[in-house]
Amino acid sequence: MDKFLQLTITGLTTGMVYALIALGFVIIYKSSDVINFAQGELMVVGAYLLYAFIVQFGLPASLAMAATLGVAVLLGVTIERLVLRPMIGEPIISLIMVTIGLSSVLKGMVNAIWGPVPRPFPEFIPRANVAIGPAVVPADRLIAIAIALFFLVLFTLFFRFTREGIAMRAIADDQQAALSMGISVKRVFAVAWAIAAVSAAVAGAIVANIIGVGGEIAGLGLRVFPVVILGGLDSVPGAVIGGLIIGLLEAYTGGYIGEGLNLIIPFIVLLLVLMVRPYGLFGKVIIERV
Amino acid sequence: MESGVFFTTYKADMGLRRKPVHKVRLLVFVAFLIIFPFLASRYWLNLANQIAIATISAIGLNILVGYTGQISLGQGAFMAVGAYSAGIFAARFGLPIYLNVPLACLITAAVGVFFGLPSLRLKGLYLAMATLAAQVIVEWIITHWTSLTGGTEALVMPAPTLFGQRLNTDFRFYWIAVSMALLTALFAANLFRSRVGRAFVAIRDQDIAAEVIGVDVFRYKLLAFAISSFIAGLAGALLANYRTIISWERFTIETSIFYLAVIIIGGLGTINGSFFGAAFMTLLPAFINNLGRALQTTAPAVAGLLPAVQQAIFGLAIILFLVLEPEGLAKLWRNVKDYFYVWPFSY
Repeated sequence: MDKFLQLTITGLTTGMVYALIALGFVIIYKSSDVINFAQGELMVVGAYLLYAFIVQFGLPASLAMAATLGVAVLLGVTIERLVLRPMIGEPIISLIMVTIGLSSVLKGMVNAIWGPVPRPFPEFIPRANVAIGPAVVPADRLIAIAIALFFLVLFTLFFRFTREGIAMRAIADDQQAALSMGISVKRVFAVAWAIAAVSAAVAGAIVANIIGVGGEIAGLGLRVFPVVILGGLDSVPGAVIGGLIIGLLEAYTGGYIGEGLNLIIPFIVLLLVLMVRPYGLFGKVIIERV
Repeated sequence: MESGVFFTTYKADMGLRRKPVHKVRLLVFVAFLIIFPFLASRYWLNLANQIAIATISAIGLNILVGYTGQISLGQGAFMAVGAYSAGIFAARFGLPIYLNVPLACLITAAVGVFFGLPSLRLKGLYLAMATLAAQVIVEWIITHWTSLTGGTEALVMPAPTLFGQRLNTDFRFYWIAVSMALLTALFAANLFRSRVGRAFVAIRDQDIAAEVIGVDVFRYKLLAFAISSFIAGLAGALLANYRTIISWERFTIETSIFYLAVIIIGGLGTINGSFFGAAFMTLLPAFINNLGRALQTTAPAVAGLLPAVQQAIFGLAIILFLVLEPEGLAKLWRNVKDYFYVWPFSY
């Protein structure tokens, strides 16, 4: 029973980190129908930026985080303007490949600036262990949950109540109708990329705090695809629920079956979901079937 | 001076090489391929072999992605199946190259059809996700089925022998690799003049319309997966026989992305583009490596940066081609030809 509780809590915390990464995917997909293969690299960039501001420039943690988010917004808007805007209306393969190319450019830039060797991350979230009943959880994971929940609520409110958020939903629903109602699609795409870069930077910082800052963080970007497919590519709550389900599934298979099966179980789930319910648990039930 | 293409017989109109200049160009190219290994150094022969194998793999992927419109992120996995099958047949059962390669191709085709099954229900982005899952699952099976594949250790196979010759030098393997690449290109070029190939193109352009005019979409999609992964398996099996050391690290998601980049840069849905892309993407890193070695003494700081720069240039090349010339190098080549076709009056 203790093991079950421990695994559950581990799974939930992993799941929350997944959810936070997945949010970035969902925001971009929801507004512009682009699946962002560079999300993992954006996380790496965010983590290294925070590292640079804290360690190399010696800023205090709060100021460094603010600076990181500022740069992330700039980066997101720049990417949208330079890379994604010329791709509007291109086939899906071009959209996929352009974000893959982008991830390669970002990877190269990070390598050129900070080198390929991972570095220890300054402890900006305390890593001490906290006991919840019989289970032991590192505090940073709990804070990750809190941060992810905070962003989830923020995004939900954003989509429901703000002008930009409603415009984004309108564009997701019908781009041409939105255009004819005077919504600036370009502006909304830029906002979407800025938000995605920010959420990636936050997720990157949290993950870096757990595993150190290095290129491996980007691997998580790939592992989040099952999450977004399960939850539904255009659903914010879906990202969180999907994240939690995949996180728990990984923890249980890792704990009870082992043999590294936890590494592929999400992808087996991905295949099953695609076969049975391709739009995921909460996605919009519009999918081009053959 | 010609102002257009005028044929007086159906035979001439249907020809693969329709004009004398095409035939001359092909002859010159083949003659170059025959003379090349006698003049080139080992370094260039190695590059040529890599390009030949990459061309085969790119043609395979192009049949699926460029001609049939089914996005696949699983090329690395299919090549891995080909390479490991060939390696296992050679190392465990002692099968010679002319048996282990075809068997590996058949096995890869079967695996390809299996992972192509989701394409019956999915397309576009969702199919890309399904093939990504295939990539991850195949990679996992290879690294965990230790008794068969050697797991994360490399699988070592004996150097292949053909007609009593050990194919253990770049020079000897060149003939196998290049002739297989030419055969694959010939097969693919002819495929798209046949009923099957036209069906593939119809599915890519409009799958519903294709179904309406009587193309069995399910059957042809699976056939596209089968043919494409058969060729991917060929590339993998040749790579295995060439290197004789097979490591799963050569067939990761990075490999899948590399080949997608090759066909994007070369030109989607073109055979010669597959070759251009393969050559470009093989020579570019080699060029940067050489630059690094040249700079090692004069500017070691710059040389140290080059691996990172190489990564960035790889991505930049993809982005620039997508933004500036989405039809790739094949289109650039066509532009050059068109320019000289009406030269000197290019208007």
